[in-house]
Amino acid sequence: MKRFSQLAVPYVVWSALMLLLPMIIVVFYSFTDGGNGIAAFQFTIKHYAKFFTDPDFLIVLWRSVKIAVKTTVICILLGYPAAYFIAGNSDRIRNILVLVITLPTWINMLVRTYAWIGILTKGGLVSSFLGLLGIKDTELLYTEAAVLIGMVYNFLPFMILQINTSLCKMDRSLLEASSDLGADGLQTFCRVTFPLSLPGVVSGISLVFLPAVSSFFIPKLLGGGQYFLIGNVIENQFITVGEWNFGSAISVIMAVLMMLSMYLVRYIEAKNSQVADS
Amino acid sequence: MKKNKKIFGKIIMLLTAAFFYLPIVYVVVFSFNSSKSLTAFKGFSLQWYEKMLRDSQMMQSLYTTILVAVIATVVSTIAGTLTAVGLSKSRKVIKDFVSQVNDFPIMNPEIVTAIGLMLFFITFRVERGLLTMILAHIAFCIPYVILSVMPKIRSLDPNLADAAMDLGATPAQALMQVIVPQISPGIFSGALIAFTMSFDDFIISYFVTGRGVKNLSIMVYTMSKRVNPSINAVSSLVIFLITIILVLINVVPLIRERAVKRAVKRQLPVRTSGNVTGAGQ
Repeated sequence: MKRFSQLAVPYVVWSALMLLLPMIIVVFYSFTDGGNGIAAFQFTIKHYAKFFTDPDFLIVLWRSVKIAVKTTVICILLGYPAAYFIAGNSDRIRNILVLVITLPTWINMLVRTYAWIGILTKGGLVSSFLGLLGIKDTELLYTEAAVLIGMVYNFLPFMILQINTSLCKMDRSLLEASSDLGADGLQTFCRVTFPLSLPGVVSGISLVFLPAVSSFFIPKLLGGGQYFLIGNVIENQFITVGEWNFGSAISVIMAVLMMLSMYLVRYIEAKNSQVADS
Repeated sequence: MKKNKKIFGKIIMLLTAAFFYLPIVYVVVFSFNSSKSLTAFKGFSLQWYEKMLRDSQMMQSLYTTILVAVIATVVSTIAGTLTAVGLSKSRKVIKDFVSQVNDFPIMNPEIVTAIGLMLFFITFRVERGLLTMILAHIAFCIPYVILSVMPKIRSLDPNLADAAMDLGATPAQALMQVIVPQISPGIFSGALIAFTMSFDDFIISYFVTGRGVKNLSIMVYTMSKRVNPSINAVSSLVIFLITIILVLINVVPLIRERAVKRAVKRQLPVRTSGNVTGAGQ
């Protein structure tokens, strides 16, 4: 029925205006200078030059990438066994366990991150626990470790769910076939289960790495003022400093870097599956 | 060997669950603390809830959060559903365009979407405040609604609407009485995603707001520097609300499903009952 197709027209206009145009404006700001009026703009690449020639900004970018990589690796190491365990259960129990994992993610991220302040602060739950083990007076709050805990806490559920989904999609008879052909448990895992779950790991990586690189309230709340990530620099440019053009340039750089890293991960995964097929 | 693995898995699962729920329990427990401390529980009291109720700024932010979430959910669910129905009959160019553009808020870092909308409102001289927050929330919620409605429409018979109209239904009737009931699970889950996305949002709200309009996330963010146990109280309130909503959503269909199954079992011989429930899913 052709008449229904008209129902999509308003949204085409709306999405061009509210989703596409803002991105064009960001790119536009990043290449221009002077004033907020579009009439008086001047083309320039000096914002990009400023970012790439100032070691301070590059250090922050490097730090953001490093902590995002650490977060991703920890999420895989913790998330894979949990997902593997969940996938090994009957449908009913699996649904309950998935619910257990998803429930906390429905609660406001800010609220859940804020909760860690009390746990990590001096005299809090973690430092009292470490005190029992003989490690006295640890102050975790406002350190890199605190930021890392906050990130793993916020993003781990995504990793578990993605891996679990890909494990559940797997054909169970493959495992039987593998053991019929003489493979032991470890061999079956390494040669059958793990390669088949890789797509889940890859989409898990994108759901953890991307928000981790750009996050700015986790470092602000748990890292204090000392621990600056690229997201905090962008926030500063817009909220405190008011350098919108420079802030836009950093955002474009970040978005492009993320797109490239996602393509890289997908490319490696595609290569891997080709090798596995042949 | 097999048993060891099972125990290892259980321990991992238990630790993971403890890790996820510890902060939530912590917030709720300390919201009842009688002292200002965030580390030592001195005794039971409701004083932080009292303070919260008297804190007009806090109540205002709670009201803003709920107002924005309700408006954004209603508008984006209706708009997203209509768009998805329209797209299913549109030309490929339009479909591709919308799915590409919809990917922006989903794939881009949220902070990029946020500053994009902020600069958009500044460029067009829209004064930032409640209205811009609502518009921005609608903008990032609709793509999720479309994503969850689209698969349901694809699984429909493409001639369904035509059949209804051949039988004398107006296009509006065909849409409301034939198509919408068929895709209602997709619409419902889309609305749920939209509500929680909006209710939880911090980054986009933070950049597009102005004139002191704050939602709950922004308030927690700006207040977290000073020790303020009222944040625990308002956080607990949010946790209670979300838990109740989630329990209702997850448990009610289960109970209904079980009741249906029981009714079916009672009426039909065992052999066909599996068939009937299977077809119902």
